[in-house]
Amino acid sequence: MGFLDTLLGRTKPVPPKLDDLFAIPTAAITLQAAMGLVPTGTGSVCFRAAEGRAFSDIEKDVRELLSMGEDAAPVELTTDSYGFTWLVCHHAADDVEALVTDLHAVNSSLVDGGFGPQLLCTLVSFRDDSGKRLGLVYLYKRGTFYPFAPLDNERRDNALELQVRGAVGVDLKIEPDLSRWFAVWGAPGL
Amino acid sequence: MAKTRYAPDRGLTARMTLTMFLLGLVFVAFIIVLVWLLSAFGVGSGAIIFFAILLGAGLTIGSFFYSDKIALSAARAVEVGPGDGPMAAKVHGIVDRLCALADMPKPRVAIARSPMPNAFATGRNAKKAVLCVTTSLMDGRLDDRELEGVIAHEMSHVAHKDVAVMTIASFLGIIAGLLVRFAFYGQLFGGGGRSNNDNNGGGAIVLLITLAVGIVVYAVSFLLIRLLSRYRELAADRAGALLTGQPSALASALTKVSGDIARIPQKDLRQAEPLNAFYFAPALSGKAGASLANLFSTHPSLDRRLRQLSEISEQLAR
Repeated sequence: MGFLDTLLGRTKPVPPKLDDLFAIPTAAITLQAAMGLVPTGTGSVCFRAAEGRAFSDIEKDVRELLSMGEDAAPVELTTDSYGFTWLVCHHAADDVEALVTDLHAVNSSLVDGGFGPQLLCTLVSFRDDSGKRLGLVYLYKRGTFYPFAPLDNERRDNALELQVRGAVGVDLKIEPDLSRWFAVWGAPGL
Repeated sequence: MAKTRYAPDRGLTARMTLTMFLLGLVFVAFIIVLVWLLSAFGVGSGAIIFFAILLGAGLTIGSFFYSDKIALSAARAVEVGPGDGPMAAKVHGIVDRLCALADMPKPRVAIARSPMPNAFATGRNAKKAVLCVTTSLMDGRLDDRELEGVIAHEMSHVAHKDVAVMTIASFLGIIAGLLVRFAFYGQLFGGGGRSNNDNNGGGAIVLLITLAVGIVVYAVSFLLIRLLSRYRELAADRAGALLTGQPSALASALTKVSGDIARIPQKDLRQAEPLNAFYFAPALSGKAGASLANLFSTHPSLDRRLRQLSEISEQLAR
């Protein structure tokens, strides 16, 4: 925000950065090879629904769009306790690219409809043989990724998260500010 | 290129610019008059003016750097981490998400035990910012979306650096107020005793003029600062509503909070009044219906705020 905006009390809603999303398939391969974390085939887009007809129309269109096609899996829509909407897509575990394409379709629809600033994050989930869970979270506003590994009782497996940062640091732009690795407890599909 | 639904309010921007311009104009005029007084009548009263500016600057810098600590201790608020109970966890959760949505650094979070449902943000920059909510804001009378609206409003204050802007804007008023006081006491104790001395005849006049100028500047800058404060509130309402995409939730929170505050007993109100400028909704004793009361108030009227929010709601639905 510029000096003039501060002086005049204006904040422009921040537009999302979308392109880096397509780095996920490469990172998925790295994660599998280096740490045995396999994609579960589930991914979700989280956004803050705006009130009014315009937004609900777009939301409906997105759901219809994603449910079309032969191999389309059902798209779930859930609202979490903070009032954010999660659109969950399911695909075959080995088809991360199709998943990312679907997730990107949600982004583009919202952005084209003028609601880009409402996008919060995208989450692609991974799991290893011992049952460890990991979500790779993409922050739309910063264009960066961070790992989120939930344990029971709202605790995080920070060791695993830091390990993941080391593993995919080359493939993905990892959020350098650790205070922005915010927790997404109860994110669907994780 | 995708269209944007987040058009800035040019009218509000223009009015705010004009207010700040006038405030600057008064400041410049004030300085010119002071310099003229000094050069016309010698340095006799220079010490008073110099001292007033020094003290005023000290006070302003002090409140600028310690705004967070002053406000927190005045509200008896305690800073909390995300692990300090369910109430703290909830506020932290909301703040986390709004920060990610707005791409801003996370402010610290504090909770104040108070029977008034309210919230305020303070701190001179985004890094030093503290967001404080009262316990009764969290006791269930606001639903989650309304609570989020209130917090988004406060975070917009942080993003707009309102504490810094208002502190600097108040600088002029503080100096003018101090000058009036010094000139008045100077007249009482200094001027009277030596009035038959030739050299001090001019000194008494200088003090009188300083007194008059000070009063005028103080009054004008007071009104302008209040006006600026009301515009900043509208700007924060606007930015907060656009951030969450839920202007109606903020509107209903405002209605609930204003209604509750008006019903609070007198004693708490007086305790809370010094902090008013930074609160979400002001704790005004008595009815603020008259237009004169609106002129002096730090916050726009409820009607004005609700009107803006319903405009934004229409804009989003289009």
